[in-house]
Amino acid sequence: MSAVATQERHLPGEAGVWVVILGELTLFAAFFSAYVWARGQDPTVFRASQEHLSQGRGVVNTLLLLTSSLCVAAAVRAARAGQPRAARPLLLAAVGGGIGFLLVKVVEYHALFAAGFSPATNDFFTYYFVLTWLHLLHLIFGLSILGFLSRLVGKDELTARELGYLEGGGCFWHMVDLLWIVLFPLLYLVR
Amino acid sequence: MVWLVLVTATLVSWSLRAIGLAVLAVAFVKVRLVGLYFMELRTAPVPLRLAFEAWVVVVGAVLAGLYLLGV
Repeated sequence: MSAVATQERHLPGEAGVWVVILGELTLFAAFFSAYVWARGQDPTVFRASQEHLSQGRGVVNTLLLLTSSLCVAAAVRAARAGQPRAARPLLLAAVGGGIGFLLVKVVEYHALFAAGFSPATNDFFTYYFVLTWLHLLHLIFGLSILGFLSRLVGKDELTARELGYLEGGGCFWHMVDLLWIVLFPLLYLVR
Repeated sequence: MVWLVLVTATLVSWSLRAIGLAVLAVAFVKVRLVGLYFMELRTAPVPLRLAFEAWVVVVGAVLAGLYLLGV
């Protein structure tokens, strides 16, 4: 850490963005803990319920978000290198990944409801639906930010403030990815 | 016979537990990589980077602890 001199250190986005991100991370940490605690109260029901989730869909969604995040990181780099227009297709690709995630989730919800599962089925499904729905709301909000950013970069040069918007919005999107990275193994894999 | 069942059950639940912990550990390594490289916290001001690192360590440890308590 000390290898980077203080003057080279750079806050990605505005401080307010980080207040939001750290707040969200804390909130979700509480949700994750509540889930793992509840699982410990009734491991048999949780394990049996997890059998009804498709791990394949979870993996596809993880890959979609990881790739989407990579595109956003590349977009920030392009804009910083003085090529904001090159950031646009990358941001649109990131939006595509997010929409893909949304569609897979809709298919999954539909399949579960069709099979007779609902948030009222048992504790596992209450947590599953509440946690994935909360995450999805953040994803939808993140998609609207990416939409805004993809318009913002359609010019030859960005001001420092605009570059800050891109970095901050990008970090919010990475947070959506990060939360899913924990949610996916908790709900789908850890038995 | 009973002994065999008991030993088998112990080994199976132990391996489930080990797999569960390994899956959690991998997840938190991924989280840290997303934070350090995608969010660029590697070069962010020290307090922010420390706050993030603390989140990874504390949340990872709490989830692992709760998981072990419940198995």
